[in-house]
Amino acid sequence: MAKLTVNGVTHEVDADPDTPLLWVLRDHLDKTGTKYGCGIAQCGACTIHLDGQPVRSCQTRIGDVGTASVTTIEGVSGRVADAVKTAWRGLDVVQCGYCQSGQIMSAIGLLSSTPRPTDSDIDGAMDGNVCRCGTYQRIRAAIHDAARSLA
Amino acid sequence: MLKVNPTRAPSRRAFLGGAATAAGAILIGFRLDPGKAARAAGGPDLAGVPAQPNAFVRIAADDTVTVMIKHLDMGQGNTTGLATILADELDADWSRVRTAFAPADATLYANLLLGPVQGTGGSTAIANSWYQLRKAGAAARAMLVAAAADKWKVPASEITVESGTVRHAASNRQVRFGELAEAAAAQPVPQEPRLKDPSQWRLIGKKVPRLDSVAKTDGTAIYSMDIRRPGQVTAVVAHPPRFGGVAKSFDDKAARAVRGVVDVVAIPTGVAVIAKDTWSAMKGREALTVTWDDTAAEMRSSDAILASYRELARRPGLVASERGDAATAIKGSAKVLEAEFSFPYLAHAAMEPLNATIERARDGSYDVYAGCQLQTVEQAVIAANLGVTTDKVRLHTQWAGGSFGRRATPGADYLAEAATIVRATGGKAPIHLVWTREDDMAGGFYRPTVLHTLKAGLDAKGAITGWTHTMVGKSIMIGSPFETMIVKNGVDSTTVEGASDTPYALPAYRFEVHNAREGVPVLWWRSVGHTHTAQAMEVFIDELAYAAGADPVAFRLGLLTGAPRLSGVLKLAAEKAGWGAASAKGRGLGVAAHESFGSYVAMVADITAEDSKVKVNRIVAAVDVGIAVNPDIIRAQVEGAVGFALSSVLRNKITLKDGVVQERNFDSYEPTRMSEMPIVEVHIMPSSAAPTGIGEPGVPVLAPSISNAIFAATGQRLRSLPLDLTGMKGV
Repeated sequence: MAKLTVNGVTHEVDADPDTPLLWVLRDHLDKTGTKYGCGIAQCGACTIHLDGQPVRSCQTRIGDVGTASVTTIEGVSGRVADAVKTAWRGLDVVQCGYCQSGQIMSAIGLLSSTPRPTDSDIDGAMDGNVCRCGTYQRIRAAIHDAARSLA
Repeated sequence: MLKVNPTRAPSRRAFLGGAATAAGAILIGFRLDPGKAARAAGGPDLAGVPAQPNAFVRIAADDTVTVMIKHLDMGQGNTTGLATILADELDADWSRVRTAFAPADATLYANLLLGPVQGTGGSTAIANSWYQLRKAGAAARAMLVAAAADKWKVPASEITVESGTVRHAASNRQVRFGELAEAAAAQPVPQEPRLKDPSQWRLIGKKVPRLDSVAKTDGTAIYSMDIRRPGQVTAVVAHPPRFGGVAKSFDDKAARAVRGVVDVVAIPTGVAVIAKDTWSAMKGREALTVTWDDTAAEMRSSDAILASYRELARRPGLVASERGDAATAIKGSAKVLEAEFSFPYLAHAAMEPLNATIERARDGSYDVYAGCQLQTVEQAVIAANLGVTTDKVRLHTQWAGGSFGRRATPGADYLAEAATIVRATGGKAPIHLVWTREDDMAGGFYRPTVLHTLKAGLDAKGAITGWTHTMVGKSIMIGSPFETMIVKNGVDSTTVEGASDTPYALPAYRFEVHNAREGVPVLWWRSVGHTHTAQAMEVFIDELAYAAGADPVAFRLGLLTGAPRLSGVLKLAAEKAGWGAASAKGRGLGVAAHESFGSYVAMVADITAEDSKVKVNRIVAAVDVGIAVNPDIIRAQVEGAVGFALSSVLRNKITLKDGVVQERNFDSYEPTRMSEMPIVEVHIMPSSAAPTGIGEPGVPVLAPSISNAIFAATGQRLRSLPLDLTGMKGV
């Protein structure tokens, strides 16, 4: 049994310690907002926050999470999260939407550490998040919009 | 917790046909050239479709208006567009508009441009629904007005409707839709309701926010990957490493010992490992030992397959179209140009890997949860594989995490596989079949490999004398249930579309095609044949323009006098991009224009050439899609088409080594990333023509506009895709 704190709630999970956090979130805890895209940390669809830092949950084993606090798209909150979601909706960023939980989690991570990101900061923080629908132009614009609203 | 998107059946009705006959019977008349079908005399009479408010709209007592969506929304935003069309004619309160994906029903929900099949493809969702949904909305509005007139005992002509409220000004009475819904439902359905004049539209043509933006930004949108049914188990399948291979034998002892694995079953497409959760199923599959039989498998490498195409191209092919004696005209020319273009297999690589859940109900019927794209075909295939009649299979279409054509297979491949697992396990538990990224990418149904060889002549004044063009590729349709409908005299229109029907006024031409035979399954990939024909046509026209000493835009316009809408977008894109101004050293502008699916798109690419790479700075696009139902979504689709197609221009290819697919994940088949995304500017041509589609037409012109820009910047002519940049020098 592993103990995990997800979105502020502690769960006991009956899974091997080498199980990726992604599959525990999705299949054991029913947090399906976090998506499976590649399983090898190449697409970022599974991005969650571990103590506020964006990480790829497909490469995070539950045995390594320890007491760190896990936050998923369902539970992420606060001023930055609100600004990001509002900007995403204002620009109608989404198309298929499957990657967008991960995009949003990465963007919240970026804006939390870098409140006024440059285009190059955005490239650096977001290049690991693939959007096959190609919504990058609007993601970039939404991050700038969110930054302005937080200023 | 039960998670599903609601699917509401409008009424109980008898489904036609049984499993044994349905797959054949329902496909008669299937069309795949919707653009032409819409324009052709004798084509479907879209405006003559009956008014069917009961099929498309529900008004609840709480004033919510639910629009039934007969299509798959794989990101293209058709849900919002379709709801907009109906809601405008209904004068609904947009804040109260909801949507629900319709059940499979060819009688009510056929795609009017694809024949008697419910499905989404060919950029037809808005185009085929335009009159159908306007009429449904207008009829529902008329029924609400009639109900109010009865209630208030006033003439219907004195009643107005605005934003979900029905009003009689003279008596100062008004009522919300919800209060009238029941009485309205009892009114007769007007067969020819009066449609609005465009000046009365309140939603069509305006900025209407997407209906799925909130659910897709807070984790609540449910894709089929997220379906969780009580007792559900997950199946992962070991597939043969080569196309056409089959399992000879397997040893499942170690697999069954993996914690969480509950069953291992042989199915026609491989060996399925079933577990309580996805990770356990994946681990179980790793522990499985399968011996494969490659007797009937495709064993060649992709290089060898392409080499065999070059052999074929030297022989006479099937004539797809011809005018005059092109070969003789070329012989007498002042200049003759020749070119070869090759195109690799491409995987669709949608973000959500293929998956589906099938659950057996107590009465022996089945519920299917998937990103269904060819609903009535899929329903018939699933039923046949379950051994039940079609009416025993209910489809629940979910939001799809992309598709780009992959979810619409004529044989419903992955859904059939899920059904065989359900059957092999006796329907004991709901089965969620999950393809991993590797399964999805190596699973075939690729954009075909295609070879084009071209030859054209110019006279002393720089005018084209003749054009010969040979294409070699595996037909998507031959061998599929659609073959008899799509393939004419051996020519598959989905191979030659965009070339053999070129709008350029060529004095003499001959387009030939060879249908290659091979074991690699192929399929339509966002914009189908146009993915390669636009590159061959638009790059070769560019070469001819330069050889003629002409400006590439002016040269094209001179050949497009019979194609005003294509000329229109070409001129608009050139003007907005500042065509004709001098570029900085190492920078270049390239242009391309192409019609697909009845929509017209031109792009001007602005690139910077660097050593062995290219930076795409900006894409200026102009599109003519008729009436722009939702201009912002149209712009988004063109922006997205650029982001989607760019990696196929720069690097993506699926290769086979001795029959085994080499690219299996995003590390070796890398999609476009944020830092590569150019600025995309989209201009929409004003139009009063009936709307066409924009899900696909942004894709074809990207590659030739970039290729032509590289030539403008460097003088290097790159033709084949992905572009081979190894020899490119920055300036």
